[in-house]
Amino acid sequence: MSPAERFARLPDLLAADTDLRRRGGWLTADCRIDIGAEPFYLTLREGALADLARGPHLLRSVAFSISGTEEAWQRHWQPIPEPGWHDIFALTKRGAASMQGDLRPLLQNLQYFKDLLALPRRLAEAA
Amino acid sequence: MVPAIDPVIGRYVRFEIDGVPHRVYFEEAGPEGGGGIPLVCLHTAGADSRQFRHLLADPAVTERYRVLAFDMPWHGKSTPPDGWERTEYRLTTASYTAAVRAFCQALEIDKPVVMGCSIGGRIVLDLAIEHAAEFRALIALEAADFQQPWYDTAWLHRPDVHGGEVCAALISGLIAPQSPAVSRHETLWMYMQGGPGVFKGDLYFYRVDGDLREKVKTIDTKVCPLYLLTGEYDFSCTAEDTLRTAAQIPGVEVQIMKELGHFPMSENPAKFREYILPVLERIAQLSPRA
Repeated sequence: MSPAERFARLPDLLAADTDLRRRGGWLTADCRIDIGAEPFYLTLREGALADLARGPHLLRSVAFSISGTEEAWQRHWQPIPEPGWHDIFALTKRGAASMQGDLRPLLQNLQYFKDLLALPRRLAEAA
Repeated sequence: MVPAIDPVIGRYVRFEIDGVPHRVYFEEAGPEGGGGIPLVCLHTAGADSRQFRHLLADPAVTERYRVLAFDMPWHGKSTPPDGWERTEYRLTTASYTAAVRAFCQALEIDKPVVMGCSIGGRIVLDLAIEHAAEFRALIALEAADFQQPWYDTAWLHRPDVHGGEVCAALISGLIAPQSPAVSRHETLWMYMQGGPGVFKGDLYFYRVDGDLREKVKTIDTKVCPLYLLTGEYDFSCTAEDTLRTAAQIPGVEVQIMKELGHFPMSENPAKFREYILPVLERIAQLSPRA
């Protein structure tokens, strides 16, 4: 499974994680996550994923976006990621990912987003 | 039933730091008959002495060492000085050094071993540069002469972002994925409890005031032995940062710790033990210096 294909499974992964949805209960935001060249638009409502739109959507506005190379996500989602690939800020520090836009909703819900973006790790064994 | 009490005693000590009265909380544990080599432990930025609770309760350590861990002023159960509400807290090299030395003097601790982690590790390097003769040995965990910043500390103290939660969420990535969930979350819990702006104020020392590039070259390990240990998953103080620092200090002992991150003593106490016990063993073998 390519990193983008793994990320496309996010709705099921989040639906199965009641604790993460509970922790995101105050979060409502639209954001974009780029898996390599492929953008995903997330519509988050009270911690749940109301919509996940894959591919380019022209003029679609989001609060913030996080972009990572294919390699960054692929290594981030290893069952036990290697040092330097194990956290979103490790990725940004090494230049393999970046964050743009209004980062306030991201920082207000930082652990939620870290855990959300790590969910595809759970697919590793099935891959 | 016998009460299950941890073998640790917590007390308050009063002393002045740079002429300002302080009431500082500390915990200690040591040999049953008293004595022991004093080992003073310095917690990370924005945290408190609870990070060392496993070391304090480890008989393999306390049978020979008198372990003391104190909450820095503004942290844990050490209250900020009177009038704190009119100041912005900022730790500096001078204020941090003064606090550590004042604590040792107040408790009449002679030639202690000092072990600090993160900012505590950085100040240990500074003690090695400026005050080496006062210490029996120095241990710097997750320390380097300089580290590249990886986020804007302005996020740590503002009314629209929960300080405790954002501090914990930021540093959560510095914990190794192998660390037990219980210890990971206990480490995060402590970060969630810092006072407003305290983590940010500590990082002033780290990022603005505490640059030791060039200065570490002057460390003389013949005056005081120095040990550097860094976890491989620490991307704040990376293995490369520590190795680069060690390469400038003749006689230093350096180790990169596998499957550990930025908080070795609290994120995975059992794994940390494998690394720190041999170091403490070697220090215990050193003859006390006059």
